[in-house]
Amino acid sequence: MSLDPAYLDYPLRKRGMDHEYYPYSNLFERPPIAWPSGKAVAVAIVVDLEWFPILPADKPFRAPGHMVTPYPDYRHYTAREYGTRIGFYRMLDAFAKVDARVSVAINSAIAERYPRIIADILSAGHEIVAHSTDMNDTIASGLPEDEERALIAAALDALEQAAGTRPRGWMSIARSQSFNTPRLLAEAGLAYMADWVNDELPYRFETGAGAIVNVPVNHELSDRQIVTVQQQSADSYVEQIMDAYALLHGEASTLGTSRMLPLNLTPYIMGLPYRIDVLERLLGWLADQDDAAFHGLGEIADALR
Amino acid sequence: MREGEKDPGLYDFRPYRGRPKLEWPGGKQVAVWVSPNIEFYELDPPANPHRKSWPRPHPDVVGYGHRDYGNRVGHWRLAEAMSRHGFPGSVSLSVAMCQHLPEVVADAAARGWEFFSHGIYNTRYSYGMDEAQERALIEDSIRTVREATGQTIKGWLAPALTHTPRTLDLIADYGLSYTCDLYHDDQPGEVHVKSGRLISMPYSLEVNDHYGFFVYNMSPRAYADTLIRQYQRLADEGGTVMCIPLHAYLIGQPHRIGPFEEVLKHIAADGRAWITRSGDIADHYMQQVAA
Repeated sequence: MSLDPAYLDYPLRKRGMDHEYYPYSNLFERPPIAWPSGKAVAVAIVVDLEWFPILPADKPFRAPGHMVTPYPDYRHYTAREYGTRIGFYRMLDAFAKVDARVSVAINSAIAERYPRIIADILSAGHEIVAHSTDMNDTIASGLPEDEERALIAAALDALEQAAGTRPRGWMSIARSQSFNTPRLLAEAGLAYMADWVNDELPYRFETGAGAIVNVPVNHELSDRQIVTVQQQSADSYVEQIMDAYALLHGEASTLGTSRMLPLNLTPYIMGLPYRIDVLERLLGWLADQDDAAFHGLGEIADALR
Repeated sequence: MREGEKDPGLYDFRPYRGRPKLEWPGGKQVAVWVSPNIEFYELDPPANPHRKSWPRPHPDVVGYGHRDYGNRVGHWRLAEAMSRHGFPGSVSLSVAMCQHLPEVVADAAARGWEFFSHGIYNTRYSYGMDEAQERALIEDSIRTVREATGQTIKGWLAPALTHTPRTLDLIADYGLSYTCDLYHDDQPGEVHVKSGRLISMPYSLEVNDHYGFFVYNMSPRAYADTLIRQYQRLADEGGTVMCIPLHAYLIGQPHRIGPFEEVLKHIAADGRAWITRSGDIADHYMQQVAA
């Protein structure tokens, strides 16, 4: 038994990364980024607002949170809708209480089906980030380029039509991209994307069709990861986020720099009656921090420039 | 190993009871070594017929980005915390890091850390290699680390824990003294090899941060508590080795490094730990105990 000799060839084994998207950069050697508030720590809240068709498509893959049982999966279809009808409104109230402007990564199907939600988001001053069309429209290698381009355009067009302005940012379902995605996003005129989780500050990402800003929205700090995947309690989630804030704030103070704390929230996870109280407690605690301010992803991306 | 037999014949059965006590320098009770895995994962690696690299089609943006975070963010945070409390690292190194990101390797070397090989990339597996290919992998590892750091590697942790039936014999043949791939003991011990002398160095999957966070689904504070319990017990028993295997992309996260630093503080303050490197443990053991 032996392997193809090419398996022991390493054509990209040289200084730097094994791709052209971005150069290596040590977070601790970068100049501080001035957030619009002038505060040291930008707290970026990103809510995923999603519509799951009861007929799931697996091309190229089935989205996290999608249907599980044989058709018709009332249990997951309605539990996700619960997030949109109830949980999201609890969250909107919670954000209003602490005067936080957030980013909502939204399937364009939500805008088409429930225009009232778009009005409620906009009237509260929140930012709309494009998040595909619906939860069947996932992206990964294998999706033909023209289909991916059409998917991105459809999402942007529908959100623009509903909101009156074209989204400036993009977040893929499950942060999943193909090799074409960054270039197609840049060609679509988007200013930033929120898929790559390799950093804690926004950075420039070369696409082959000009640069786009990547704003890292740490999946490890998401309610999905901590509560749903790792099965920890909402109280533990809050404790972990407070620990993360303390660490980031400590670094910002000690090193004289700025940091970003991303909170990726899901209405059908943290918007439940038995969890929303602790989210409100967390938001209140963050709002009370002297050196923190809530910023949308667009503000964070713009601060890099 | 005895290939194809039910018992691979890796070592003799030596129960814990009745062993002569191992003595550590300075009369310490437990040798503690911290092992950051400094790894490079390729965005688009070639396929190995025996194991898939990424769970998703390439590019696996979250998987790759998560690992890359370790080198851009996590390493620096972890290394500072270790240095603050006097812990050197014993690095399980994807040796291609010496070409790709020499600043990370140089930082670890400047802190007095030891390097052993964890393969070329953590996306290139040993499964299916013939002897010449596996020798090439070992020779590459020795040469690359020597050129980058001046160190001669003494140890091995197979890339992504992928082995062949020849691996242990071959690393012993090249003069390496320890393997981190066997999990049968809390003390070093002899491994049966065709030539030379090879010992097993207690590493740990059970208290590896990857297991803590993604197998046992621990919170950061629960993981820190686990490490302290592991330490207390091994220090009480004495003559033991405790390894803390880490990945900067996991432990270097902002919600985890604070609780972890409390563990370092606890062990450093306890006074019973020989806080050292894996190669120093191997050298000490091999001088103290005859093969």
